[in-house]
Amino acid sequence: MSNRTDRGGLSRRGFLKGAGVAAATTALLDRSVEALAQENKESRSVVGPGAVAITLKVNGQHKDFQIEPSATLAEVLRVHADMTGTKIVCDRGSCSACTVWIDGKTVCSCMTLAMDARGREIKTIEGLAQGEHLHPVQEQFIEHDAMQCGFCTPGMIMSCANLLERNKQPTLDDVKQACSGNLCRCGTYPRVFEATLAAAKQMKGGNGNA
Amino acid sequence: MRPFEWADATSVEQAVSLTVKGSAFKAGGVDLVDLMKERLFEPSRIINLNTMPDWNFIKDDASAGLKIGPLVTLAQLSEHDAIRKRYTALAQAAGHAATPQIRNMATLGGNLLQRPRCWYFRHEEFHCRKKGGERCFAQDGENQYHAIFNNSLCAIVHPSATATPLIAMGATLDISGKAKRTVPAEEFFTLPSVDLHRENQLEPGELITQINVPAPSANARSFYIKQGEKESFDWPVAEIAAVLEMDGDTCKKASIVLGAAAPVPRRAKEAEAALTGQKIDEKTTRAAAEAALKEATPLANNGYKVPLLRVVIARAILAAARGEGAA
Repeated sequence: MSNRTDRGGLSRRGFLKGAGVAAATTALLDRSVEALAQENKESRSVVGPGAVAITLKVNGQHKDFQIEPSATLAEVLRVHADMTGTKIVCDRGSCSACTVWIDGKTVCSCMTLAMDARGREIKTIEGLAQGEHLHPVQEQFIEHDAMQCGFCTPGMIMSCANLLERNKQPTLDDVKQACSGNLCRCGTYPRVFEATLAAAKQMKGGNGNA
Repeated sequence: MRPFEWADATSVEQAVSLTVKGSAFKAGGVDLVDLMKERLFEPSRIINLNTMPDWNFIKDDASAGLKIGPLVTLAQLSEHDAIRKRYTALAQAAGHAATPQIRNMATLGGNLLQRPRCWYFRHEEFHCRKKGGERCFAQDGENQYHAIFNNSLCAIVHPSATATPLIAMGATLDISGKAKRTVPAEEFFTLPSVDLHRENQLEPGELITQINVPAPSANARSFYIKQGEKESFDWPVAEIAAVLEMDGDTCKKASIVLGAAAPVPRRAKEAEAALTGQKIDEKTTRAAAEAALKEATPLANNGYKVPLLRVVIARAILAAARGEGAA
């Protein structure tokens, strides 16, 4: 993770939030105990629309965020966690460039509210390699030149690598099915299929790291 | 997206008590997030149903049938062995909807409650009749994906893929709100002539709590076909679910429902009558398809749906009669 998150220093939002807490404390002193109890009861179950503190488990690491309930997982990953490997393209669940895994299943992070990812295992393209060792699907994408502009590639790799988690001996049809939601405007599908089938072979041969 | 409050629900009672003016229930959130991003719906509060305990279950019993929790995803439905075998059309419909990613997110409850995909309805700048405006822009606009039945007021097609087989199978929906009720899936959906502004009879503050599918009789088979414009993911231009109860080659009972054809999933009773008591062959299936389409009133650009449906209806009936697809 880079240190880009430090660039803000004391943010305007942070200052306003602090000021808000002080004002609320004063107001609370004037209220009856009963009203307070009622408010506490309500506030336990209703949060937002301002920032909410949440913890997400991304690539095995717990990370704390202050996000509004309307933030999508894709936005939180890219903007708050500075993990820009996950791409936002259509932002409507139609192209799958934003594919990540939640609890081992591929999902569109652009249509997943970050609040819904609490308590779940999130895996992004950044978490696929193990240290310096690329995932076999990543290696074979390079080997087979399975990308042109590269914008769909992280999502495409997450779909193909997920298939190999579930199916060690996929057929060409299995691969087509696995990335049937991933749009590649450059039309590199044949190379994607070849790379994924080669990765399956590599993993079976024990050369992979997954 | 407009900012909103958030509340995690852990019981039906609590979920209902958390409702306020402008609040919305959310399960998988796929359609809701889309509507919010397009600013077609800006809820003040989201009541999150993903935190409901015990709302994700599939119970299959040979005599009691299938009980499905509203949080079961389309992927779960399409991969479930018993559903694939005995409720084939439901597994096929769930497995052909949207993309693998969306099928992992979208729930059965949410799939039934989606808003229509009509591009005039989905466009912020078209204040169409469904949104309280004065006209249906599809009537003389780009209507190639619109309804060919019941389309004079509002020409949407119902977007739920799972509704088509569920109606054909005689499913019922358990609904909870201030009171509890059970509604046949066939009666759940609302035609524009009944109410332009909604697609089903769920009231504010009500939830679908369970989907029930009666056990199929021993000789019943079902088949579903989605015809899109392309082979990979797409919205359907024609859909059909066929459930046949067979006695040898003869059809004892038929249930045929068309999707992507009308503002609600359309039960083709004329086709059912044409099949009942008949030997299922190419001739009778073609006659049934003709009967199903007799009342079609296509618009300027969707006349192609009539011959298309004629073919997929016949194919699905033949496939169901042969017991195809039951993995």
